[in-house]
Amino acid sequence: MIKHACLTVRRALSVRLRCFSHVSSGEIIEDEFEWTHLTRQASLYVHWPYCLRRCSYCNFNKYISRQSNDHIMTECLQKETETLLQLSQVSRRANLSDKAEVTLEVNPTPVGMSKLEDYCRAGVNRFSIGVQSLQDEDLKILGRDHSSHQALQTIEEARRLCPGRVSVDVMFGRPEQSVESWEDELTELLRVCDDHVSLYQLTLERGTQLFKQVHGGQVTVPAEDVTAEMYQRARRTLDQHGFSQYEVSNFARHNAVSHHNMSYWKGRQYIGVGPGAHGRFVPLGEGGVTREARTQTLEPDVWIREVQQRGHGTRRKIELSRLELLEEVLVMGMRMSKGISHKHWELFSPQLGLCEVFGASTEVQELLQTGRLILDDRGLRCSWDGLALLDSMLPALLVELERQICPQLQKDCHVDSLTKKTSNPR
Amino acid sequence: MSLSAVTRWCEAPLFRRVLQFKMCRRKTQSWSNVSCTLWRHRWMKRLPVFSTSSFKTMSTHTDKENIDLSKFPADRIRNFCIIAHIDHGKSTLADRLLEMTGAIAKTEKNKQVLDKLQVERERGITVKAQTASLLYSHQGQQYLLNLIDTPGHVDFSYEVSRSISACQGVLLIVDANQIDLKNADPERVESQIEKVFDIPREECIKVSWSICKLLLTFLRNFSSSVISFFFQISAKLGTNVENVLQAVVNRIPPPVASADDPFKALVFDSNFDHYRGVVANIAVFGGRVKKGDRIVSAYLGKTYEVNELGLLRPDEHPTQKLFAGQVGYIIAGMKDVKEAQIGDTLYHQEQPVEALPGFKPAKAMVFAGMYPMDQSEYQGLRSAIERLTLNDSSVTVQRDSSLALGAGWRLGFLGLLHMEVFNQRLEQEYNASVIVTAPTVPYKAVFSSAKLIKEHGSEEITIVNPAHFPDRSVVSEYLEPMVLGTILAPDSYTGKIMSLCLNRRAVQKNMVYIDDQRVMMKYLFPLNEIVVDFYDLLKSLSSGYASFDYENAGYQAADLIKMDILLNGRCVEELSMIVHRDRAYSTGKAMCERLKDSIPRQMFEIAVQAAIGSKIIARETIKAFRKNVVAKCYGGDITRKMKLLKKQAEGKRKMRLIGSVEVPKDAFINVLKRTDK
Repeated sequence: MIKHACLTVRRALSVRLRCFSHVSSGEIIEDEFEWTHLTRQASLYVHWPYCLRRCSYCNFNKYISRQSNDHIMTECLQKETETLLQLSQVSRRANLSDKAEVTLEVNPTPVGMSKLEDYCRAGVNRFSIGVQSLQDEDLKILGRDHSSHQALQTIEEARRLCPGRVSVDVMFGRPEQSVESWEDELTELLRVCDDHVSLYQLTLERGTQLFKQVHGGQVTVPAEDVTAEMYQRARRTLDQHGFSQYEVSNFARHNAVSHHNMSYWKGRQYIGVGPGAHGRFVPLGEGGVTREARTQTLEPDVWIREVQQRGHGTRRKIELSRLELLEEVLVMGMRMSKGISHKHWELFSPQLGLCEVFGASTEVQELLQTGRLILDDRGLRCSWDGLALLDSMLPALLVELERQICPQLQKDCHVDSLTKKTSNPR
Repeated sequence: MSLSAVTRWCEAPLFRRVLQFKMCRRKTQSWSNVSCTLWRHRWMKRLPVFSTSSFKTMSTHTDKENIDLSKFPADRIRNFCIIAHIDHGKSTLADRLLEMTGAIAKTEKNKQVLDKLQVERERGITVKAQTASLLYSHQGQQYLLNLIDTPGHVDFSYEVSRSISACQGVLLIVDANQIDLKNADPERVESQIEKVFDIPREECIKVSWSICKLLLTFLRNFSSSVISFFFQISAKLGTNVENVLQAVVNRIPPPVASADDPFKALVFDSNFDHYRGVVANIAVFGGRVKKGDRIVSAYLGKTYEVNELGLLRPDEHPTQKLFAGQVGYIIAGMKDVKEAQIGDTLYHQEQPVEALPGFKPAKAMVFAGMYPMDQSEYQGLRSAIERLTLNDSSVTVQRDSSLALGAGWRLGFLGLLHMEVFNQRLEQEYNASVIVTAPTVPYKAVFSSAKLIKEHGSEEITIVNPAHFPDRSVVSEYLEPMVLGTILAPDSYTGKIMSLCLNRRAVQKNMVYIDDQRVMMKYLFPLNEIVVDFYDLLKSLSSGYASFDYENAGYQAADLIKMDILLNGRCVEELSMIVHRDRAYSTGKAMCERLKDSIPRQMFEIAVQAAIGSKIIARETIKAFRKNVVAKCYGGDITRKMKLLKKQAEGKRKMRLIGSVEVPKDAFINVLKRTDK
């Protein structure tokens, strides 16, 4: 399947391919999910490293290829997928259910649109379309190579092919943007879009063209208060249109949530394939319980050579300590509106429950009292207001988590050192 | 000779010093023909004889060395120093004197040879007194001239006073052309000198004219009589410098010391050498000392063996002995920086002597907190400060700690330049990165009730730390330190300068035209008003023409109050300050503004307030932010996101919490530190 998809992908301008595999259906049923599933199942992320041009705000690992080596790239992506699958504990029963979600990120250009049907035939069953804006002027500043008209056409075509499984990416906080124009734009988009919207604020990344322009004074972006207003109004507008916010920047209608993204936020395993891709999975081997963070080699040429020589292009492999894993579970889990349920947390931290970790902290108490954070019998989550301030609350939560986990780790280590004479808390 | 006289003498600023001694001037003598034989040249001629052997072979010829130094009984020795206002060409003159006597080779590159410190070379000032022994032949006699180059700024008068204690004569240099080199007019300078110093112009010797003309006054300081005369030289071009050397021999009395007395030496300076320990500069007041002698420090009573001694010419030049009247260095295995107390007396183990009076500790006039950038650097900074204060005992050191900046010190300095130089030396010589807080001055409070006076042991207390500021109800008055400032400037700037001074609560005491264009103004300033940026403002509004100097003028009653800074109603202790009531509003407002810019927005609104007691006098508001940046966070972004969050979590631990307001250390640094120019 991957080969099919990739072969199709390579001719288009599309970006990333995401699959979510699950035995039964796309829906994750919390209660059935057990520790063993954590290591036996994984989602797959495939990174295609080439773009026709670089957007002015993009600092993604993208390359403008001078000569086409699509064929080699496709072969290598497949080879790396096979290798990493074998290294993981998923390998024994690696299969992709018919109901698995296969998402492809597409740029709404005429070329991209013309390929959608081929993608569908190859197995893609969900499209995420990088609309970004419906203002042609803004699209130019952002360095995009499509027009708003093309974007609308692409959405229409995608909806025809995968009804109910099309998402649009849209960006706010763009240069010279006003709250009013943003609201109008969003309303216009909501008239044509499907059941899923991803909302991002334009982030000025160091090293990008836009970053230089803004810091050089040629371009101005809206102030903090203005973007805050944009975000809140968008949340309200989306809500009025029946979209419920299920994550900081993701909204869905009719429960059309993105499963592969949910699996990241729920702390599930994923295998990252392609130059610069990241992965988190438990490898095969003795014990086989510690999750590894893997990063693949960035440069496509080097990555290709490595894949050809040893089957994969992993550049960095770091074992995640118990604390590090819990930190990721916390940071990702809190992004969801539902937050982290007690059950979800228990899966990763059977020894120490949410209340035990966060209940005693005065700072967390203050966040609970001011109504930004909620800790109840369902679990830990942000309030509607709190979700917008999550990044400011996370450091406090992380400090508390470390404070609670570390003494326990030291205790464990002490026992360890008595028996094994090795102590390495991290 | 009387040391106490020296100390007294040095407490007065430069102008007054001259005025004090002007009464005793004498007519200048005319000069006989002199020949200047350069010792080094003769020595160099002999050098080939020893050139095959190392220096050690040379030093085995002890007879030779002994003869050399013992050839200079006290009456062939002249110990003198050069003092002048800052940047008046003192070090340049020293360069020429060194060249003429062959102490250093004559090259174009000799610029401020004695200024060895980086800070001295960068700023073109002398901070640390330097000693150079010059060998000079005059009328067929060999003389040993010990020159001590001293700092010029009033802040370093302590350094000067130490140097003078080892001297019998002082060269005073007055630069005739500080204002405008192009229009050099020595005639005008003479008339200025006449007016300011009250010295008749016929006593000036005019020898030659050049662009850079200097007036020299020779003072015999110890015998309470002074000989003053002027003549114009150019240290830059070397014009007339020879006359200076002749004058030194003829006008300055030899030291009163006998080589037959028991050994007695004054430690007047010391340096720390990483490899050899403490190098002490000494003036031998009696007897002799040689390598291997066992000497005693009168201060500590500890005995040391002399490992090395010699002359400074200006580099260390080891000799076998030092004799009465001579000035040199000594290394005696002092390992601890505290062992070489400046002002200490050294004597032979077998022949104890009465200790010399030593020095009165200098009084700190400007205080500033110093903290390591990172608390892990505390130990390193401590030893750096210890070593620097060994070389500069005028700095007072007091341990202090701030909730925001951690453990550190409150250091007292003689003045602003002194503080700047100290800080720069810490950074340059000890590679220490420090946070220096804005300078403050020592205030005083006079208690009103007998009970409190009894409690504190005295009627008045000195307040350095605002936390110790007593309440108005228990004091009869507060006092603030005053200084008498002297400003010299072209009269076209008078208006601007006067309004600046008025703004600084200054009271004009005097205003004199020293010639038809230049005005000398005297103002009584509260010291606090000039410690931060007065000098910079003065310089900039006068296009750099105005010069400023000050001397301490005691304490005066002042309406002082303690101002607190509040964050959401909670007092930030380390930001409390003592201010004059008239200044409270502007200072409080400025503080709040700086804090507003330094504290990052938080999830709630923050009120930044300045308060006197319960009365709020200034307020700024830091608005709450309503959201974080809404960015993507998928699989590939986790690593980056985690890194960022972990950094923030780590930073959180370092935040100072005022109520629930998190204040980063940087904010305190921004508000507390001295602002850069």
